[in-house]
Amino acid sequence: MFDTALLARLQFAFTVSFHIIFPAFSIGLASYLAVLNGLWLWKKDEVYLELFNFWKTIFALAFGMGVVSGIVMTYQFGTNWAVFSDKTGPIIGPLMGYEVLTAFFLEAGFLGIMLFGLNRVGPGLHFLATCMVALGTLISATWILAANSWMQTPVGFAMNGAGQFVPTDWWTIIFSPSFPYRLVHMVLAAYLTTAFVVGGVGAWHLLENTAYRRSYTMFSMAMWMAAIVAPIQIFAGDLHGLNTLEHQPTKIMAMEGHFQSHPNGAPLILVGIPNEAEKRVDYAIEIPKLSSLILKHSLDAPLDGLDTVPDELEPPVAVIFWSFRVMVAIGFALLGIGGWSLWCRWRGTLASNRWLHRAAVLMGPAGFVAVLCGWVTTEVGRQPYTVYGQLLTAQSHSPVDAPAVATSLTAFVIVYFLVFGAGTFYILRLMARLPRDPMPELEEGPIRSAGITPAQSHKGSAP
Amino acid sequence: MTIDLPFIWAAIIAFAVLAYVVLDGFDLGVGILFPFFPEKHDRDVMMNSVSPVWDGNETWLVLGGGGLMAVFPLAYATILPALYMPLIAMLLGLIFRGVAFEYRWRTRRAEFLWDGAFAGGSMVATFAQGIALGALVQGIPVENRTYAGGWWDWLTPFSIATGVALLVGYALLGSTWLVMKTTGDLAARARVHALRAAIGTLVAMGVFSLWTPFLEPAYLNRWFGWPTAIFSVIVPLLVLGCFLLLLRGLRSEHDSQPFLAALGLFILGFAGIGISFYPYIVPTSLTIWEAAAPEESLVFLLVGTIVLVPIILTYTAYAYWVFRGKMDPEEGYH
Repeated sequence: MFDTALLARLQFAFTVSFHIIFPAFSIGLASYLAVLNGLWLWKKDEVYLELFNFWKTIFALAFGMGVVSGIVMTYQFGTNWAVFSDKTGPIIGPLMGYEVLTAFFLEAGFLGIMLFGLNRVGPGLHFLATCMVALGTLISATWILAANSWMQTPVGFAMNGAGQFVPTDWWTIIFSPSFPYRLVHMVLAAYLTTAFVVGGVGAWHLLENTAYRRSYTMFSMAMWMAAIVAPIQIFAGDLHGLNTLEHQPTKIMAMEGHFQSHPNGAPLILVGIPNEAEKRVDYAIEIPKLSSLILKHSLDAPLDGLDTVPDELEPPVAVIFWSFRVMVAIGFALLGIGGWSLWCRWRGTLASNRWLHRAAVLMGPAGFVAVLCGWVTTEVGRQPYTVYGQLLTAQSHSPVDAPAVATSLTAFVIVYFLVFGAGTFYILRLMARLPRDPMPELEEGPIRSAGITPAQSHKGSAP
Repeated sequence: MTIDLPFIWAAIIAFAVLAYVVLDGFDLGVGILFPFFPEKHDRDVMMNSVSPVWDGNETWLVLGGGGLMAVFPLAYATILPALYMPLIAMLLGLIFRGVAFEYRWRTRRAEFLWDGAFAGGSMVATFAQGIALGALVQGIPVENRTYAGGWWDWLTPFSIATGVALLVGYALLGSTWLVMKTTGDLAARARVHALRAAIGTLVAMGVFSLWTPFLEPAYLNRWFGWPTAIFSVIVPLLVLGCFLLLLRGLRSEHDSQPFLAALGLFILGFAGIGISFYPYIVPTSLTIWEAAAPEESLVFLLVGTIVLVPIILTYTAYAYWVFRGKMDPEEGYH
């Protein structure tokens, strides 16, 4: 039942889903840290330094988890997807090579200085290091999304005798048709996700009624970000959808639940239960013609359905249908909170409206769910291909025995839940403490604690 | 004269792997030595001595993997499935030790757990890398552009031996790093471990050198055929030279000399392996020209590599320089 291909897909889905959470957070948080660091240098207000140090510790944890889960991804292409690697390596490989050279080294090189080096290099160079880390996260996103976009909308290649994709025009490959939309949508998603994490933490502290100024500064900055970025993100998402309709129409059919073609205007199905066996959406609640209006900007524009696509080339509909709806619903919820915060700000109740704070706490982790749902939509929507229209997923995996993949999948599941579960617990505990407060459980500084002097600690340990 | 792009890329990938081995080698080595330093304060200092740089060190592993996929995709697509189990073990080990750098400072109750994760993860990752090296040296069968062996082929007495050898070797890098970076009692005990690990490394290199030529006729010809036999004389002499420098460094006050000499041992060992491998990238199935990506890919990435690697080396050196000198045992980074 479980063959190598399915196990390899499960493993990729599992490891990449865990992985994307950390970059989504660290892209946004790195930029936020750069802003806090800059504000501290500019306004000389200690609050910004306190906030910087507060979020810096959390960033270090999230970044570490992103690094170790990312190394897994680098090697998984070869271990589980050898045929894919051999065929697409000439195109995907150099893009990832540039990611390492321009982004990973930059982040890693300056991370140590950003985390530990303030006293050694001084505030100016330290700020530069923080900016370099933030820049690194953005460059990294650019390259990996170029690689992913090429897999979604492959262009600029030829095939050689060995069945490999050979690059013919690198500029075209990097700027493949879906790349600009995907990049903007993902970076905005990272910013929005981080804004709601920061806002949720600030709101939590405001509800606890502690450290008013620091919590309020955090919350206010996050709500500005939410109010500005959420509408832009919805607009960018719409453009991305139109781009997908042009280049991957099958994915849109699945997202919309359009099993049948609609020659006279397609309805927008709000909710319903996709029934793939009967090729219809059961219990659908739909608004007539709205899908054609959104996608074609005309009420009566015809839209093709999955009936125009051979069954074996259709993506699984139900998964995409639902993941897309969850993502959109969260997007509008975040827009709502952003708008609500503007209203409260105008009324002067941003710091005191407890219902807004409760809502912000509730929506604190919502961005991660939306990011995951968005990626499920686009990646499952690419099926049954790894390189859209060119290379089938079923022909991409390694010639490895199924038990080997099953063993490693089991190991990854256990280790990820243990290790990243513990990390999430530590992050939440760090978030619950107040800026400038000592670490929970560690009442004294972790290293300079008074009780531990070198003389005592070396007692009885002579070689 | 045409430029031999696959050869240039083989050299660059070799450089990335060597950079990884010597850089992550010492911070993995610090993890391997954790069980010998049970005191919390020692462990704090040991971990802080590598905290600011470990992430950059590990990035060379990502460059090695990503670079191999880019420029030798066929090698990437055959070596990785062949080394499936050791590589998965390595990745899991690296996860445990990588997160320990941060987790360890976030809890007092479970600190011993993350100390264990750091030490255990470092050992597993190192042992797995050693096994992977041994399995690679033994050769990987390839048919029709795919790996043609089983998923336990990597497990042999030879690969177990290389796994143990790498544990000893990284312990040498780690202990000489501690000699260079720490003071007092901690440094004194690191010296003792460095001496033991140095002797162990020398023995391991000897065993490896005598064993390898008899695994493959190609290696035998390389080491005992003219003119490459010159290396068979020169490399061992240089190894002995580095070993003596290491011993003198340990006895004198030149605290960075043992580390530099240990690096020399690794570079020589690596060069020896390179001499054995050439011209194969998947011994003894695929040469670097057979596995190379199309020229368009090689050129595209080479342009950036030539510009970017010197810049990377510059700011990496700067990052090391910022945290230069002996550790102040009372100055914590966390």
